[in-house]
Amino acid sequence: MKQFLSFVKKEFFHIFRDTRTMMIILGIPIIQMLLFGFAITTEVRNVQVAVFDPSKDISTERIINQLDASNYFHIVQMLNNPDEISTIFKKDHNINLVVVFDEKFNENLLHTGEASIQLIADATDPNQATTLSGYATSIINSYQQELLQEYKIPIQIKPEVKMLYNPQIKSAYNFVPGVMGLIFMLICAMMTSISIVREKETGTMEILLASPMKPFYIIVAKAIPYFAISIVNLTTILLLSVYVLKVPVTGSFYSLIGISLLFIMVALSLGIFISTVAQTQVAAMLVSGMGMILPVMILSGMIFPIESMPVILQWVSDIIPAKWYISAVRKLMIQGLGITAVYRELVVLLGMLVFLVFVSLKNFKTRLN
Amino acid sequence: MKEPVIYTENLTKKFGAFTAVDNISFSVDKGEIFGFLGANGAGKTTAMRMLCGLSHPTSGKGSVAGYDILKESEKVKKNIGYMSQKFSLYEDLKVWENIRLFGGIYGMESKRIASKTDEILDELGFLAERNTLVRELPLGWKQKLAFSVSIFHEPKVVFLDEPTGGVDPVTRRQFWELIYAATDRGITAFVTTHYMDEAEYCNRVSIMVDGKIEALDTPKNLKLQFEADSMDEVFQQLARKATRKGD
Amino acid sequence: MVAISVQNINKKYGNIQALNNISFDVQQGEIYGIIGPDGAGKTSLFRILTTLLLAESGTATVDGLDIIKDYKQIRNRIGYMPGKFSLYQDLTVEENLEFFATVFNTTIKENYDLIKDIYSQIEPFKDRRAGKLSGGMKQKLALSCALIHKPTVLFLDEPTTGVDPVSRKEFWEMLQNLKAQNITILVSTPYMDEAMLCDRIALIQEGTFLQVDTPDNIIELFTQILWAVKSKEMFRLLNDLRGYDRIKTCFTFGEVHHITVKEDLKMEDIRTYLIGKGHQDIDVYAIKPSIEDCYMQLAQKTKV
Repeated sequence: MKQFLSFVKKEFFHIFRDTRTMMIILGIPIIQMLLFGFAITTEVRNVQVAVFDPSKDISTERIINQLDASNYFHIVQMLNNPDEISTIFKKDHNINLVVVFDEKFNENLLHTGEASIQLIADATDPNQATTLSGYATSIINSYQQELLQEYKIPIQIKPEVKMLYNPQIKSAYNFVPGVMGLIFMLICAMMTSISIVREKETGTMEILLASPMKPFYIIVAKAIPYFAISIVNLTTILLLSVYVLKVPVTGSFYSLIGISLLFIMVALSLGIFISTVAQTQVAAMLVSGMGMILPVMILSGMIFPIESMPVILQWVSDIIPAKWYISAVRKLMIQGLGITAVYRELVVLLGMLVFLVFVSLKNFKTRLN
Repeated sequence: MKEPVIYTENLTKKFGAFTAVDNISFSVDKGEIFGFLGANGAGKTTAMRMLCGLSHPTSGKGSVAGYDILKESEKVKKNIGYMSQKFSLYEDLKVWENIRLFGGIYGMESKRIASKTDEILDELGFLAERNTLVRELPLGWKQKLAFSVSIFHEPKVVFLDEPTGGVDPVTRRQFWELIYAATDRGITAFVTTHYMDEAEYCNRVSIMVDGKIEALDTPKNLKLQFEADSMDEVFQQLARKATRKGD
Repeated sequence: MVAISVQNINKKYGNIQALNNISFDVQQGEIYGIIGPDGAGKTSLFRILTTLLLAESGTATVDGLDIIKDYKQIRNRIGYMPGKFSLYQDLTVEENLEFFATVFNTTIKENYDLIKDIYSQIEPFKDRRAGKLSGGMKQKLALSCALIHKPTVLFLDEPTTGVDPVSRKEFWEMLQNLKAQNITILVSTPYMDEAMLCDRIALIQEGTFLQVDTPDNIIELFTQILWAVKSKEMFRLLNDLRGYDRIKTCFTFGEVHHITVKEDLKMEDIRTYLIGKGHQDIDVYAIKPSIEDCYMQLAQKTKV
């Protein structure tokens, strides 16, 4: 036991003495949260909108008012001629959305129960276009709800948007779980694998192997400091999320912590597994960086919704631990669900943990190969 | 009078309060093999870096191959060759690719490179290895090839930093024969080594202790001066006096 | 008592035979040198004996324990200093030593006697990071760490490579002190002059032992007539000597050339020959061979 403790102590020395790296691993969560939260936000505000309203009736007016009243849109121009619709984007670069109503909009709505609105977004920035057409649609939908209550007849406004629907209203909701998955992957998998492989590279592993130190101890001792750092990072992320980005933890707090700790362990064992394969620090970094973190960003649903990916990629995404973790965090943190809602994720992550620990232990050599 | 190929006067390099190289003055003639000895941390590497134009002296002056190391370091670099045990050739390139690369770096014409490549491969007996990856060559061969590459552009001076470490005795001698042949053609060799028997190959030897040159003469005179049987004894007598311990 | 016993060890990497049927015994309390250039297989041999590598075939025991079956016990008893400086550069001198003491379930205090002579030299710098030490000091620290658990057998893989002659000499003095405390030492080196400091040596080339004996016996067994020759122009002398058909081999050796000659050749013949070639200040005299002469002779013999 004394052996083990002194090894853990040594690991902490390594980390604390490399001030630059320590600043990076503690600073990354803060930077990422703020970066995603403020700089690369997909949230829209005061988008300039043009409207073509040949109908000019009570309904169209109410919709236009509601759009204008929202924080997101600012109606700057009323078009008089349908020809202008296609040219307006070229003429005025500030306009990002054109709302086009049917002729006789209100009449159609009341008599046939159906009317349509065309939302034409400037898709040069597809992300923004998607988001803002989504917002417009949801505003129209809420108007539809109002009408339903007023008239008690089935009516339907059909917004014609050909772009993807972004279900989240606030973009921060979307990326907080993603950043959490990314950070733990980065710190646990990458840093642990690098720190083990470094001992191989500098030759100290040779001495350790030729000593009575148990290989299992070496591995666990390597993981402990990064586990501790990850807990610090988890705290930072949650604090930033709740107090700075105003994304509250709506579901079970303890379940969220529990599944985070589980995921941290999965990531640590993944790092250990990488270290049994990689021989150099560069290789460890490439495997964990390119091989793990990139897929996490792309396939975990952090940036692109998984549902809209090709089926094969959806299958591939299933083997990525972060996908399950991110999905669980969404449910627990944002959708406000309890632990029962994430049983599936829990079981999958547990399975992955057992598998990775087993494979790493089997793979870890008591000799040099 | 013959102009010295390497010339320094009160050359000094300080890092903060630490004087790595302390007022060294010496000169090396054309075609000479000059041994530059010293314990680890005596200041050899720092001095050599200044001579190669890689590091700026704190004070003093010097010239290499006729160019001022302070003002004309780019010209100095063009007229010297450099080889060390640590870095010499690209392991993942073939033998001829390495030669062409270094020829190209020194601005030689492709035609000249091609014809000279054949020459040196023939001289080394490596003609069959032209397309071999350098990493597949035995260590001794690599070192010999690295030396040939370092003088490929016919520099006036070649700096050799512990060139023979770990090489077997036979190859080590072949290596020194290459140095002999090069100096015979008028190239000056400036060599550091930890093998004291190799110091005896040199025309003249300097021994650095704590940043200063404590002795400089032919091996024969040094042995007489210190009443020693071998250069190793001379070195031991001088270097034991060192007070400096850091690298 | 036999401390290390090796029988017919073979090791291959792909097509390269790193070790070719190596057998030897090291007696307890002996300094045994494995002498040969880089790439001769020294490190592979050390790794096999320190239970870090498996040999393709052959058996070996360290301290009477089998290197495969009893590897765990062996790891408790041996001290190992790999070729590269293998300590934690970001830990201080004292932290390194303390760490290795606990790894081996001991304390610095318990075995301070053994390392006192060595460690006391670097103790003034005990709060300095290991990465900031000079070559000679690093080597002393590494040796202290390898000795901290009072090993019965010490494996030192090229401990003096890249170290200056003064530190090298000090290092060998330390080894003599350890030998006096009955520690068996297996040491490898590419420096032929260090061979004379070992009790027995094995000369290794391309994975094969050329000869195993005491340094004196190896020199005794040198069968050739060996002379040293010098003149004013050493490089021309070399070529001229090589051009003389009654000289078998000619190698540069510092300020002289060493030649082995056919039995009927007289020194006078060489003198006359060289004067004819226009050499001045000619000197020819018989010399006692060094280990390096022996190595070269043996190496050439096996190559042909």
